[in-house]
Amino acid sequence: MKPRHKRAAIVIGVLAAIGTAVALVLNAFNSNLVFFYTPSQIASKEAPLGRTFRIGGLVQAGSVARDGVSVTFTVTDTAKSVPVRYEGVLPDLFKEGKGVVAQGQLGADGVFAAREVLAKHDENYMPPEAADALQRADKMKAKVAGTLATTAQQAPGANK
Amino acid sequence: MIPELGHIILLLALGVALVQGVVPLAGAQRGRHDWIALARPTAYLQFVLVVLSFICLTASFVRHDFSVLYVASNSNSALPLPYRIAAVWGGHEGSLLLWVLMLNVWTVAVARFSRSLPQVFVARILAVLGLLAAGFLLFMLITSNPFERLLPAAADGRDLNPLLQDPGMVIHPPMLYMGYVGFSVAYAFAIAALIGGNLDAVWARWTRPWTSAAWIFLTFGIGLGSWWAYNELGWGGWWFWDPVENASFMPWLAGTALIHSLAVTEKRGSFKAWTVLLAILAFSLSLMGTFLVRSGVLSSVHAFATDPRRGLFILAFLVLVIGASLLLYAWRAPSVGLGQRFGIVSKESMLLVNNMLLAAACAAVLLGTLYPLFLDAMGMGKISVGPPYFDTVFVLMMAPLMLLMGVGPLMRWKNDELTGVARRLRWAFALAVVAALATGWVAGQVAPATTGGLVLAYWIMASIGVDLLERLRPRSGLGGSIVGRARLLPRAMVGMMIAHLGVALFAFGVAMVKTYGTERDVKMGPDSSTDLAGYHFRMVSVRNVDGPNYAAAQGLIEVSRDARVIAMLQPEKRIYRVQNNPMTEAAVDSNLLRDLYISMGEQLPTGEWVVRVQHKPFIALIWIGCLVMMFGGGLAASDRRYRSRLTRDAMLRPAVLGGRAR
Repeated sequence: MKPRHKRAAIVIGVLAAIGTAVALVLNAFNSNLVFFYTPSQIASKEAPLGRTFRIGGLVQAGSVARDGVSVTFTVTDTAKSVPVRYEGVLPDLFKEGKGVVAQGQLGADGVFAAREVLAKHDENYMPPEAADALQRADKMKAKVAGTLATTAQQAPGANK
Repeated sequence: MIPELGHIILLLALGVALVQGVVPLAGAQRGRHDWIALARPTAYLQFVLVVLSFICLTASFVRHDFSVLYVASNSNSALPLPYRIAAVWGGHEGSLLLWVLMLNVWTVAVARFSRSLPQVFVARILAVLGLLAAGFLLFMLITSNPFERLLPAAADGRDLNPLLQDPGMVIHPPMLYMGYVGFSVAYAFAIAALIGGNLDAVWARWTRPWTSAAWIFLTFGIGLGSWWAYNELGWGGWWFWDPVENASFMPWLAGTALIHSLAVTEKRGSFKAWTVLLAILAFSLSLMGTFLVRSGVLSSVHAFATDPRRGLFILAFLVLVIGASLLLYAWRAPSVGLGQRFGIVSKESMLLVNNMLLAAACAAVLLGTLYPLFLDAMGMGKISVGPPYFDTVFVLMMAPLMLLMGVGPLMRWKNDELTGVARRLRWAFALAVVAALATGWVAGQVAPATTGGLVLAYWIMASIGVDLLERLRPRSGLGGSIVGRARLLPRAMVGMMIAHLGVALFAFGVAMVKTYGTERDVKMGPDSSTDLAGYHFRMVSVRNVDGPNYAAAQGLIEVSRDARVIAMLQPEKRIYRVQNNPMTEAAVDSNLLRDLYISMGEQLPTGEWVVRVQHKPFIALIWIGCLVMMFGGGLAASDRRYRSRLTRDAMLRPAVLGGRAR
């Protein structure tokens, strides 16, 4: 090979290597993105079945039930709630009525099988995902209440 | 009185830092020797002031002065003395003060050990460091004053986060900060050289030991953090790809790349522009890491209360530092020249690939860390990037890196032949494959991925062996015994070999733990037992114990193997009284070959406990590998050529003294 061809071959080789690497990285990135859904979104069937995602909200008071090492509880955003099943040791700051984030998959039976329940470091600290879920549920409620109010206002007019 | 004193001293320090940052720099440009001469004294003075201020804050903690807001939120009258001192850097304000203190330690070290460098160059370096210190002091004084009073004073403090009450925590932040801030020296050297235009092999030789020193501290800080998380978080993981960990890992990757690219710049004069860019990037990533972690953008044990002014200041500071250095780089770097040419098969190209892989790995971590933050900030939804992404990408980048780690050190500079290197290394490769298969066979399972990892680990070890043998083989002209020849090996080379050995040990540990580690969550009460990996665990009792500021349920678990008791472990579940936080205190029986890790989960209504037992083969090698890497780095940094007088003679050229070299 002439030196010029050799150099061209090297450049092509390096570019191909970089291209493959970028493609592999982006592919790995894409297939490992974990999306977040609120209990309300799950109730309206927005969450995918058979794919790992996160849910967040509050642990409903009185919902934690244990059977040996497996535990079930309900995560709520105050509007809707999702039953969760988990096996193993719960993080230290897991408490009824407190914020929680769980990662896992939604089963066909509507139960969220958590692989991981995330530990939080401070009792007063609310996981951002959980806070977000509560906020969105609040907004929805406000919107629903607003619609009801407008309907109520319109109703007398319709009667006229 | 003490807090006010600390505050005033901090203000004085800011003034001194500004003088240190501006006057010598201007003096260097104008050739005013009296201005240049101010660099060292102001650096020493600033150091003294910051130390005094730090002592003031520490005194407030030791004396339980709860009229200081920062003390009241991070300490408590029941907190033991060592943790009261560690609490100084347990929060946002204090950790900033620690940062500035570390920066001053490095600055003074540069001022002290740079006698052989040209005055103008030293003046520029100290000025850049002074400007950085001024920025941080300003940030502290405007948005996060650690000496702010709380009136009326609190009756008692809110206590230090229980997670941070651990011996590892006492030294983890200072070490990590030493590393982060240490890259500021390489950065200052790069900026000074860009301004002065004297970017050459001698510059690289000066920068190398400082970079290695910073890298050693950073390695120690990260390793310690990982060890602390393993022992303290109670679930037995050693690395979580948490954004906070990534924030410290990115500068490490950039710094590692910098160490290798500096080698080329020093020996061959190549890669100059790239080396300078890496020095800037390594420090920028350190800055970003500090701010990401401490600003509250990331939610974790490291993040503290957020204040919008802080975020704004941080962003402005980052943009200013990174933007200004990149501008300077764009302006000056094109003129530095290319250095010597090299062939495709040569040590240079090996190190080039090394740098590409490390930079790509760093970029991949950056993508995975910042993309979710970016989406969130744009209001485009919340996502997280799971550990599988990082694991996949890392295997992808590190496998070729480790493969080349076996080849690169044996290559010649400039030009070498592939066939020759292959011939020298064929037995090493065969040995690595056989050893990996044998290890898998002994462990009872030969998994493809693990075998790959083990092959790479053994491959590095074997190639170091080949390298060593070749260098110690008797040659004409070099007589003497093997010991005599070993003594003649340059310390930097031995350091490199040892550091690479550390990587191999680390990789071995990771491969073994990932594949052969086992765990089990079981229900345990007094006299119940479970088996794992050939060990028998029997719970003897659970009793209540009282600590200085916590109450705990303490399990007593007897571990036996072949009916012989080998350990009595006492895991605890603690409740810290002030913040009413539960904390898992795991019990670990550790030796070189394996860890047995027991943590207590929650108590069941029946009175029994959920207990997690884990068997982790060779996990200690992960941290031992880090220590070995550090030791190698230390040897390399202390090579005598960095201390030799030759540097002085080589650099005392009049052109440099005149300010601008070009």
